Amino acid sequence: METPLIRLVNVHKNFGSNAVLRGVSLDIAEGKTTAIIGKSGEGKSVLLKHIIGLMQPSQGEILYREKPILKMDRKETRAFRSRMSYMFQGCALFDSMTIFDNIALPLVEGTRLSPAAIRKKVLLRLEQLDLGDVGRLYPSQISGGMMKRVAMARALVTDPEVVLFDEPTTGLDPIRKNAVHAMIADYQRQFGFTALVVSHEIPDIFHIAQNIIMLDEGLIVFSGVSEEIQACQIPEVRRFIRGENHLKSID
Amino acid sequence: MTQESPPFTGMPAALGALVLERIRLAGHFALFLGAGFFHIFSWPLQARKILQQIYFIGAKSLLVICLTGLFTGMVLGLQGYYTLIKFGSEGYLGSAVALTLIRELGPVLTAIMVTARAGSAMTAEIGILRISEQIDALKTMNIQPIRFLFSPRLAAAIISIPLLASFFNVVGIIGGYLTGSKLLGINPGVYFARVESSILLSDVTGGLLKSLVFAVVVASVCCYQGYYTHRRKGSFGSKSVGLSTTSAVVQSSVLILITDYILTSFLL
Repeated sequence: METPLIRLVNVHKNFGSNAVLRGVSLDIAEGKTTAIIGKSGEGKSVLLKHIIGLMQPSQGEILYREKPILKMDRKETRAFRSRMSYMFQGCALFDSMTIFDNIALPLVEGTRLSPAAIRKKVLLRLEQLDLGDVGRLYPSQISGGMMKRVAMARALVTDPEVVLFDEPTTGLDPIRKNAVHAMIADYQRQFGFTALVVSHEIPDIFHIAQNIIMLDEGLIVFSGVSEEIQACQIPEVRRFIRGENHLKSID
Repeated sequence: MTQESPPFTGMPAALGALVLERIRLAGHFALFLGAGFFHIFSWPLQARKILQQIYFIGAKSLLVICLTGLFTGMVLGLQGYYTLIKFGSEGYLGSAVALTLIRELGPVLTAIMVTARAGSAMTAEIGILRISEQIDALKTMNIQPIRFLFSPRLAAAIISIPLLASFFNVVGIIGGYLTGSKLLGINPGVYFARVESSILLSDVTGGLLKSLVFAVVVASVCCYQGYYTHRRKGSFGSKSVGLSTTSAVVQSSVLILITDYILTSFLL
């Protein structure tokens, strides 16, 4: 069996008395797109933040190529982080920097590339993400959809091995949403990175993700390929993908 | 088996917990400060960012420092004159104004004014970066946030504040001259001769040493408050940024006065 790129083993996370993750174990396959779905507040973003090392589990282990990330030394941690990239739900762009500088930031601070090489890479990403001439503008001067694409450009500018997308399409119109999904799928195929996408976009996300994981009350209730989830008979999964919980609450 | 009761309960236990919490916070602050100093010199040097911060902390504070220095010197000139004339020693006004400014008021008031103008802005800016996940974004981009945000500000404060204090002193001495000589009639030659004869090198170096320490206090307290704004108990988001900014200004100002007393007692 293929060794997973990232493995979570019995990961628990408590915030005081509130248990957000209650023993999550999962494998992330290399070079594929994995979607994490589930209701709001079920710990999907928390899970991503554990993988990139922004949070530490209360219990359990996270392994990258079978190496526990918490036991990595400083050099290994730097190397691990340099292979990862994260697109935040709220974009997390630096509002006092121009769009160009935002995208260039990981290259300026984290690499020894020449200013000319950095400029070339940033302009290429701006062009690929259809951002045209916005490089001189500030984040507050562009639309929400553009900010999402800028955040994606920044996440992809370092050519990472693993990209974690935290609700990349929230707040976008259907056309932009499809465009972002298409971009994730296209770039994933083009660059071959491993993508982990937290999303609420059912069923659209099933078309771009090869693997689906569903979190419910801090536990994984489904893990399988996209085709399986639509035929899944687990009540929580059925209710979620049909939006039944929502309808019941309205009734 | 009976459960062993804790050695202290009630108020002593609460006091003990408070002391332990304060010690933990002091250790945390010391680590933050140590990392800030370390990254000033870590390669590659951040000369451009330090220069930008020198412009913000130093150059942009110059006007307010000159105004404060001028009026402080003028008040010292007035008060000093009416005190010294009672003893027939108004000729010593230059000495009184210059020594008071160089030894005490210059470093202290400069640091307090920089706290109010630049320190509060540092806390608010870093606090907003924190609550909008921009500091987390730095970590995901493999960028050390303390190196990126704190070290350039610390270096810039260490360079700028002693220079600002020197400006404050010079303008303050001119302020004392304006009230003492131009308004109240002390001979200008006597005023400046007393300034020159009474100031020793140790007064100047002592004042500069104070400014250096105050610079570290201002930059570290203000950046620390902003950096850990999300850890404030009972407040979140923009409210926590507001409270952190208030705490930064109050804590910096109080710490400046406390360290001033400690340094003065060693320097005298």
